[in-house]
Amino acid sequence: MKQRLFESRHQVDWQAFAEQLDALERGKADSQQCKGFAAAYRRLCQQLALAQARGYSNHLIEQLQQLALRGHQQFYRHRSPLGAQLLGFLLGGFPRLVRAEWRCVLVASLVFFGSLLVMGALVYLFPELIYSLVDADQVASMEQMYDPDARRLGRFGERHSGDDWLMFGFYIMNNIGIAFQTFASGLLLGLGSLFFLLFNGLMIGAVAGHLSQIGYGTTFWSFVIGHGAFELTAIALAGGAGLKLGWALLAPGRRSRGEALRLAAGRSVRLIGGVIVLLVLAAFVEAYWSSMTFAEPTVKYAVGAALWLLVLSYLLLAGRGAHAPD
Amino acid sequence: MPLNPVARFSRAQCPPLDTRYRVETPEGIDLLLRPAGLVPRALAFAIDLLIRGLLLLAMYVVLGLLGKFGMGLATILLFLVTWWYMVLFEVFNQGRSPGKQLLGLRVVHDDGTPVGWAASLTRNLLRFVDILPFGYTLGILSCLNHPAFKRLGDIAAGTLVVYRDTLPARPSLPQAEALHAPFALDLLEQRALLGFAERGASLSGERRTELAAILAEPLQVPVEQAEQRLNGIARGLLGPT
Repeated sequence: MKQRLFESRHQVDWQAFAEQLDALERGKADSQQCKGFAAAYRRLCQQLALAQARGYSNHLIEQLQQLALRGHQQFYRHRSPLGAQLLGFLLGGFPRLVRAEWRCVLVASLVFFGSLLVMGALVYLFPELIYSLVDADQVASMEQMYDPDARRLGRFGERHSGDDWLMFGFYIMNNIGIAFQTFASGLLLGLGSLFFLLFNGLMIGAVAGHLSQIGYGTTFWSFVIGHGAFELTAIALAGGAGLKLGWALLAPGRRSRGEALRLAAGRSVRLIGGVIVLLVLAAFVEAYWSSMTFAEPTVKYAVGAALWLLVLSYLLLAGRGAHAPD
Repeated sequence: MPLNPVARFSRAQCPPLDTRYRVETPEGIDLLLRPAGLVPRALAFAIDLLIRGLLLLAMYVVLGLLGKFGMGLATILLFLVTWWYMVLFEVFNQGRSPGKQLLGLRVVHDDGTPVGWAASLTRNLLRFVDILPFGYTLGILSCLNHPAFKRLGDIAAGTLVVYRDTLPARPSLPQAEALHAPFALDLLEQRALLGFAERGASLSGERRTELAAILAEPLQVPVEQAEQRLNGIARGLLGPT
């Protein structure tokens, strides 16, 4: 068949398909319009293959190729219900993923919690050590924040109940930012993640050790224990996700480095999805529970311990059923 | 009778001369994507940066009036704008942030499918590494070194930034009497002849004569008639003779 005949025979179809695409691309197509889309797309692909096999002119082939590309973009669009997916992920997918990636998570947790505990113990035993890590002004402002006489606690010291919003925003911004940095810098062969894990571990450890040592322990620990369950776990998980990226580059196994990185990134970004949820919870707890002074420290310790237990048992036990919840 | 020894190589054997990126689809056809280089991508990013700056400025002015509550809201919005602006636009606006849309770019997966949540989040979180040590140095180096101009985030996420091609106007073939080719043409030769006729208007008369003269001998015509003869054969290939 000559090209002219081919074009005149199918021109109407192509125009109709292009109009359908226009509607879909502007997001204004109703279901009636989309009915014949799959068949029209397949027909177009077949016509493109024919045109190529028959050596038709470049202009025609380019025109068909472009229609095929636009059709492909619409046909393979991911439109799964986000809510149901998210629920399934939180109920089972995320803890399963954490357990599947236990090596990276374990290394990151050891680095983070290890440096935190060791630095805390060291500063508690040798108080002057804190000044080698944190400068004197910051130490003073920390002391002021956790002064047992303060009416409210935390990073915003003296404030009114209307400020909870300000704190909530600040915590989300600050903590998720840190988690994202810890994850992303893992691309530098894992060194960035190690650095951020170690740095944050040392800082938090030093502050905790110092405040306990000067006798502000009760205010400090009762403040941090609640949201720490979410926040510290989330940072460790973000570090683990970052280490996975770095490890894919260092030891790609039998794949090329680019391919190994792509696969590792696909899994670790899902870890980050879970981390974001944990950090939003942490910010919520920190702004609306940890900073309140009406509860006795013993109540706060009890609630904090329960939260730690909750997070750990969630990560270790959830999603172990025979059937994954849909 | 081959016109050109190069034409005998199949497409698979000789790497493409341009930067087009070939993706085979489940329907058995090849999609050709044109990856965008450093400059349009940098421009698109600059436009997005400007838009974000203006957005934040407007936000602070308005929410500043609401006091502490407003500032809290503003911090959350600042967070959304810094980390989620690109992700939300890419996922909900078919791979196009406003800057990319202005420059006619879009983000797709390596296999040509529209970008999804995971890939978009990956490529935008890893932006943090691309900007190291300053001013996108790592991203620029990676972009200039990669055959499909990927920065590190794109490599990890498996995404491409491609041009959205617009269809060129339909070329008009020069007037000539439709002729049969004097010998059988293979597909690439046929495409080359049609290409010559379709693109004739964009070449100078001298260049057309020069190109056509190469074929004067196999067509067994004097050099000055070669162009007319080629156009005739092209017309003959398109329509009835």
